[in-house]
Amino acid sequence: MVTLSSYLAVAACLFAIGIIGLFLNRKNVIIILMCIELILLAVNINLAAFSYFLQNLDGQIFIFFVLTVAASEVAVGLAILVAFYRNRRSINVDDINTLQG
Amino acid sequence: MIELGFFYLFSGLAVVSALGVVLSRNTVHSVISLIFCFFNAAALFFLLDAEFIGIILILVYVGAVMVLFMFVVMMLEVNFAGLREGMLQYLPVGGLVALVLFIEIVAAAGSGVFSPTGIPDPGHAAQHVNNTVEIGKLLYTKYLLGFEIAAIVLLVALVGAVVLTLRVRKDAKYQNISKQVNVNPDDRMRKVKM
Repeated sequence: MVTLSSYLAVAACLFAIGIIGLFLNRKNVIIILMCIELILLAVNINLAAFSYFLQNLDGQIFIFFVLTVAASEVAVGLAILVAFYRNRRSINVDDINTLQG
Repeated sequence: MIELGFFYLFSGLAVVSALGVVLSRNTVHSVISLIFCFFNAAALFFLLDAEFIGIILILVYVGAVMVLFMFVVMMLEVNFAGLREGMLQYLPVGGLVALVLFIEIVAAAGSGVFSPTGIPDPGHAAQHVNNTVEIGKLLYTKYLLGFEIAAIVLLVALVGAVVLTLRVRKDAKYQNISKQVNVNPDDRMRKVKM
């Protein structure tokens, strides 16, 4: 039988890969957004595993909410990206310096 | 036993495709890897008796969000190879942070609390238990407020995305609907006395 620890380990793998991706592709906004999706997916797997092993459906409701927030975050993030690309013809993170940050 | 085999298959494919997202040269290949990763995660959800969430993951994520990613990647004319240069210079620090996090999480997961003696496998739900019905009962009673807030979040995201990408071009001609509707017959026709 599959144990809870193995599900948690898979989620930890996905989470770590997402974090590495954030550092490696730190010039490309699209891949940064996709790495955030990976991290949220790892969280969702954790929630689903606990929901199953504790026989409590509340975890699945929280997956639902995480999915909602992730979907709206991607929609707004990509809209900002498209608006930025129209103005600057670039999606490089290093070019996003208008505020002198 | 067969469940264990499927678990290793799906989790292995999910991890490999997640690596593909991070390391692939072409951004379109990254998007396709992420789609594959979502399919495998949905299969893991099916193994965990979360059928509704698995279906939602495929429909909403693969069907809507990843298609949106694909549209944006293909719409923007960007030199993605140029964005990759100097990529490996961040590998040490990124790898270190990720490794520390990974070791911490795996140490916590492997500690005795989550072992089969601590939290035993409860076994799968009976065939007649309907996951969607159970989630609906919980979502529309105990979590009704959260559900409505989620709906508002989605509405705000929808309006925000439209507002951010809407562009009014000066050189194009537009209809003024309110002017069209409020037009008077007298404005259009002039009676002249002969």
